[in-house]
Amino acid sequence: MTMTGFRFDMKTYKKHPLSFLFMLLAWLAAALTAAVFIAVVGYVLIKGIPQLKPSLFAWNYTTDNVSMMPAIITTIEMVGISLLIAAPLGICCSVYLTEYAKRGNKIVKAVRLTAETLQGIPSIVYGLFGMLCFVTSLKWGYSLLAGCFTVSIMILPLIMRSTEEALKSVPDSYREGSYGLGAGKLRTVFKIVIPSAGNGILAGIILAIGRIIGETAALMYTAGTVAQLPENVFMSGRTLSIHMYQLSREGLHTDDAAATAVILLITVFALNGLAEYIAKKLDKNKL
Amino acid sequence: MPENKISVSGLDLYYSEFHALKNVNIDIAPNEITAFIGPSGCGKSTLLKSLNRMNDLVEGCRITGTVTLDGVDIYKDMEITYLRKNVGMVFQKPNPFPMSIYDNIAYGPRTHGIRRKSDLDDIVEESLKKASIWNEVSDRLKRSALGLSGGQQQRLCIARALAVKPEVILMDEPTSALDPISTMKIEELCCEIKDSYTIVIVTHNMQQATRISDKTAFFLHGEIVEFDETEKLFSTPSDKRTEDYITGRFG
Repeated sequence: MTMTGFRFDMKTYKKHPLSFLFMLLAWLAAALTAAVFIAVVGYVLIKGIPQLKPSLFAWNYTTDNVSMMPAIITTIEMVGISLLIAAPLGICCSVYLTEYAKRGNKIVKAVRLTAETLQGIPSIVYGLFGMLCFVTSLKWGYSLLAGCFTVSIMILPLIMRSTEEALKSVPDSYREGSYGLGAGKLRTVFKIVIPSAGNGILAGIILAIGRIIGETAALMYTAGTVAQLPENVFMSGRTLSIHMYQLSREGLHTDDAAATAVILLITVFALNGLAEYIAKKLDKNKL
Repeated sequence: MPENKISVSGLDLYYSEFHALKNVNIDIAPNEITAFIGPSGCGKSTLLKSLNRMNDLVEGCRITGTVTLDGVDIYKDMEITYLRKNVGMVFQKPNPFPMSIYDNIAYGPRTHGIRRKSDLDDIVEESLKKASIWNEVSDRLKRSALGLSGGQQQRLCIARALAVKPEVILMDEPTSALDPISTMKIEELCCEIKDSYTIVIVTHNMQQATRISDKTAFFLHGEIVEFDETEKLFSTPSDKRTEDYITGRFG
């Protein structure tokens, strides 16, 4: 802003003290938000980075090295499998809701209401359900698979919601254009509508990944807390978040918990970066 | 072969309770440009859309009466894909797909099972040339169609419609969103291709109808008031309402 511009602004504000007050409040709110964010990240980094040491990344977990490597790998597996279950289901469901179902259909309303309700349920409730259903009734025990299914159910509404928004934002003129050329519904949906909504769908999936990585409550009761790398999906394993929780809970390794927090933070940042990169890539393909 | 390309008889169309088209009868001759004119909401676009069943997409739309293409009832005896392949459509607002220029043109032929790269290349080039846009885009076929100007996008959409080799092309106010120069280019284009196609064009612009069409139908409140040679309709209209409209007394 130039000086004259600023003076002009000050003059206007003098005449309207209320707008000046509001400007101040808005500025304050922005500054406060930024400060909180910087404080959290700064605290985690300052506390955690000095604690990072090679032994934390050893392939095998022992009570001495409390390595987080198995937890990192388990997290990736958990994210991968859960998305494999939830993403196709959620996307197809949204496609049905927006493209196939008739407007005002009762089933649609019910599904939408259910999805919205499910989104607001605390994750511990999912955990309890997962334990009763997958761990106990299906006799999978505390296992990666039980955890994956539980978080899949948890992220399903999220993916559905964002996909639906994305599909709705695809202009009808694309659909008309496609039908006008003699294409059927299936082709229109898969070749035109879904690719056009790609960015929005991706954004939802990234959000979902974020939730899986950050999840503890739902996983503790389903995937268990075994620190070693599970050999197959029917074995228990812990993700990074649970690993961190366990470390700090036991009270013996708070320093290592701080180091884990750094890795978690970096993972989340990297993920967001990746998402932005993919989104840009997709946009370039369009332009 | 029947003399008329498209024949509409006794067509009534309802949007839920609203009676949008009332007992419409019209015959559209091959290799001519037929223009539909009339004030907003008079049903001209609705009739256009019912010629390739785009109205099917509208909820609560009911149709009675018959529409035939080359003597075959399009609502009873024709596959909708076949109909829309033969009766192409260009929309009011240019609506290229968010993909490359090449893929936009190839979308239609691919839909109808053409997969060979060399065949597609030929169709893309031929269609773009017919729509007189080849010279402007031949060096950037792989670039996104959304980067083109509005007028170029609309000619691209015409090329896209031509790529499935239709016999009839329906145009729903194709130039209403375009500048005068782009409009002129599209009008020239229509006149160039009309020898090989039957064109039906809805337009708000009466000058446009006089410039390019052979026959004109004037619509009012869901009815065709008058349908005649363009020259006659605009010089010596037989109905008072047509005269009032074309002399600018209303609409």
